[in-house]
Amino acid sequence: MEQATGGYRGVWRRLRRNPIGMIGLTMLVTAIVVALLAPWLSPYDPNAVSRVTIMDVYQPPSPEHWLGADDAGRDVLTNFLYGARVSLTVGFFASFIAVAIGGLLGLTAGFLGGRTEGVLMRFTDIMLVIPDLPLAVVIVALTKPSLTNIILVIGLLGWTSTARLVRAQTLSVKQRKFVLRARAIGAGNRYIMRRHIFPLVLPLLVVNTVLVISLAILNESTLSFLGLGDPATLSWGQMLNYAFTRGAMSAGAWWALIPPGFGIVWVVLACTLLGQGLEQALNPRLLTHHLAADRTLTALRRLPPDPAPSSEGIT
Amino acid sequence: MSHEVKNRSPLLAVNHLSVDYVDPPHPPAAALREITFTLQRGEALGIVGESGCGKSTLMLALMRLLPAAGRIVAGSVRLDGVELLDLDEQTMAALRWKRIAMIFQGAMNALNPVRTVGEQIAEAIRLHEGVGDRRVLARRVGELLDLVGIAANRRDQYPFQYSGGMRQRAMIAMALACSPDIVIADEPTTALDVMIQAQILQLLADLRRQLQLSILLVTHDLGIVAELCDRVLVMYGGVMAEYADADTIYNSPAHPYTQALLRAFPDPTRPAQKLAAIPGAPPRLNDLPPGCRFAPRCPYVFARCHMAAPPVYAITPTHSAGCFLVANPQGGAA
Amino acid sequence: MHRSTYLVSKLAWAAFTILFVIVLNFFLFRILPGDPARAGVRDPRLTAEAQTAIRERFGLDKPVINCFASLNPLEPGDCAVNPLDTQFFIYAGNLLRGEFGISYHTNRPVVEVLGERLWNTLLLIGAGQILAIVLGMALGILAAWKAHTPVDYGALGFSLLAWSLPTFWLGIILLFWGSAYLGLPVGGKYTPGIDYANSWEQFADLARHLILPSLTYTIVFLGEYMLIMRSSLVDVLAEDYILTAKAKGLNHFQILKDHALKNAMLPMVTIIALNLGFTVAGAVQIESVFSWPGLGGAIYEAVNRRDYPMLQGAFLLLAVSVIIANLIAELLYSYLDPRVGRVNQS
Repeated sequence: MEQATGGYRGVWRRLRRNPIGMIGLTMLVTAIVVALLAPWLSPYDPNAVSRVTIMDVYQPPSPEHWLGADDAGRDVLTNFLYGARVSLTVGFFASFIAVAIGGLLGLTAGFLGGRTEGVLMRFTDIMLVIPDLPLAVVIVALTKPSLTNIILVIGLLGWTSTARLVRAQTLSVKQRKFVLRARAIGAGNRYIMRRHIFPLVLPLLVVNTVLVISLAILNESTLSFLGLGDPATLSWGQMLNYAFTRGAMSAGAWWALIPPGFGIVWVVLACTLLGQGLEQALNPRLLTHHLAADRTLTALRRLPPDPAPSSEGIT
Repeated sequence: MSHEVKNRSPLLAVNHLSVDYVDPPHPPAAALREITFTLQRGEALGIVGESGCGKSTLMLALMRLLPAAGRIVAGSVRLDGVELLDLDEQTMAALRWKRIAMIFQGAMNALNPVRTVGEQIAEAIRLHEGVGDRRVLARRVGELLDLVGIAANRRDQYPFQYSGGMRQRAMIAMALACSPDIVIADEPTTALDVMIQAQILQLLADLRRQLQLSILLVTHDLGIVAELCDRVLVMYGGVMAEYADADTIYNSPAHPYTQALLRAFPDPTRPAQKLAAIPGAPPRLNDLPPGCRFAPRCPYVFARCHMAAPPVYAITPTHSAGCFLVANPQGGAA
Repeated sequence: MHRSTYLVSKLAWAAFTILFVIVLNFFLFRILPGDPARAGVRDPRLTAEAQTAIRERFGLDKPVINCFASLNPLEPGDCAVNPLDTQFFIYAGNLLRGEFGISYHTNRPVVEVLGERLWNTLLLIGAGQILAIVLGMALGILAAWKAHTPVDYGALGFSLLAWSLPTFWLGIILLFWGSAYLGLPVGGKYTPGIDYANSWEQFADLARHLILPSLTYTIVFLGEYMLIMRSSLVDVLAEDYILTAKAKGLNHFQILKDHALKNAMLPMVTIIALNLGFTVAGAVQIESVFSWPGLGGAIYEAVNRRDYPMLQGAFLLLAVSVIIANLIAELLYSYLDPRVGRVNQS
């Protein structure tokens, strides 16, 4: 893949010309910057203990609170900005675990083949069929809900698709001439894997990571919404859980419901678009669309009526 | 044009056909320029050239099946005197397969994998002849399969249950389904082993005699052309290199490219002959040389070749070539 | 592989997976901190008789499994016990008899509660899924046919956005909007405290309750199905046999109908099957938001009420349903694709 498409520089060049990918990248970078700058962007300190009166609960947007206040009279904008930190942290760490496990299993299975592959892929198939979210709910419910546990659970359950993808890619790379040649001259398994196979699997792994991040963020928000979030941190999912279970609906407090959801959609959409763009940049396929609108004749300059039957030899 | 048939109007007459591939913002690529040839009833014309010479583009342009980026920019395609480029899409569709059918290269991909071979043949008959009766269709399909040497009872099998040679035979049966006037065979024997290749060519030759078929055979293999074709059109980089009857092409080729092609192809009558590959590579469409498209690889190249593209010169009434070397004073070229 | 061998191997594999889930389900609830099976016996919400009944029925005084008194490896147990007289096999035997335990919250047998709820979930998923598949495929076909035109870009943008929406959040927004402006019910399956004059009225009430949850379902999955259908159809439309069909004189409609859709459906079926887990995840979220009395809602309630037998039972039932649905999809695939399980003669 690398040789055929001009290396990482070529990928970057194609990505820069891919509007979908660039929109996604810009959106993701924006989210990361906002998360990093949260302390400077936030109008309030999220940890400050303030005196809250009943009047502050679900206060509508105002010059003091641009996005209003939540069920505990806290500033929604501040929570929203800090929530980006939690969601992105979970997304990045959990997907790192998932991709590391999936990548390792996929590489091992694809490269070693035989019985190892059979056992690993059978196990992957089983894990693929068991529904992730209910299993995650069960595990988190039985353990103490904490950020670490949520990251671990999402990471440990989210590797199956990566494993299958990496295995398929490894299998195809394994048959390439230079790998067969390296093997013929007696290179060891670890060497071939590190030097020849991994570099060709890596681009695929990067695309996959971006998509796994979006799934991890969705899963975290869902677990938090279901009441399994870390009570000590306020992620976007947790904000929605509080708003939903503590009367934002009946209070008509849309400002407590819209921003966190918007944040999740923003990041997930960013990853999805970036993933799509990266995939197109890595794997530029020019498919012929046989049912495309017919424009064959739109540029036809007709010949003068009744042309000479044969004009060969005449310039 | 051959003397014997001069008084008859040709079945297919292609004149000055030119095709561009557009890819904005890049300038259009000149994929075909000024292709002119005729095909008589019952005749087989070979269209020869390396891959990328535009021979497949030419076939698709005749059927008006160019990919989305393809534009026929000039020329005329007449079938029995009717201008195909003037027809609306519906009329053109009704004419496809009914009058001009195609045998694609690689029948594995050209046949739909999830429909039976019989269904795919019957579909053409149903569409163009309005035959709806299942039993009639089954009988017709059986006859067609029988014609190409496949047992009729295999009509209900899927393409993957056929061998490579059988798939190509099935493709031929499909092409013959509506008794077309012209069959275009695009590399019909690539990807087949030599024995099967010979069988398929024999089958095409037999069918041609039996059914008075006109065949346009597209190939890169001069050996195949020698077996099947009356006349040959040699193409290079989207233009005509040489156009003559098969004997002339093999025995007195005029264009340096034809000569090089013949040297690259084993001649059974001269066993000790050395095979010579043509140095260099065919031109890329987006990077064509300014003058003659063959100039960068031509052993006889001279200054003029780099400045202007040679027109097609008539050497005899039935032999023409696109090369300055054959320019004769009467030809009218400066 | 022969066709019947293929079917048998698929069936055997599904059975093995179900077995794995049963084992996993047992050990998860024994391994993880809290040991709910034991803790649950002392749950104050249960009557004394119920506690004794549970202890006996689940053999909680017996070792977990041979050689292990509990799952603490430092606390080895007797290996000589009758293997069938251990917690694990008692649990397995109970499952075979349909004994899933007693809900701490309702004091009713779990299997009874889940039985009612399974149908509600199937009703919701059925309504949402059918709409999503039909609309998603139609949109996907349109987008693929008109690929790289404004129609395609519009459909693509909509689908990517729909795919990125957290299901529960979309549910909240629709609920907020639907209840405030359309006067639709805020949750549940029926309006409580109503005596229906006839079954038609009852059905109308059910339909009103079903609108928002199934709409949420449809929107979320519509995007996904559109994306799959589009990409798989775009691949098919680039195949040589589509060009053959065009050369045969078929028009676009005939080509799509007779040569493209069946081929494009194959990956669609596989991916729908692989994504059944998402379907279930969607059910959990939507039923939680709309208080829909289904299996997903059961999980949400069980979590918040620490009702472990319910949680364990609901999880098992969901997982087994997905495995069976997956099996059905594989069989459907083998039916659709003539190449599966037939001898290749080339």
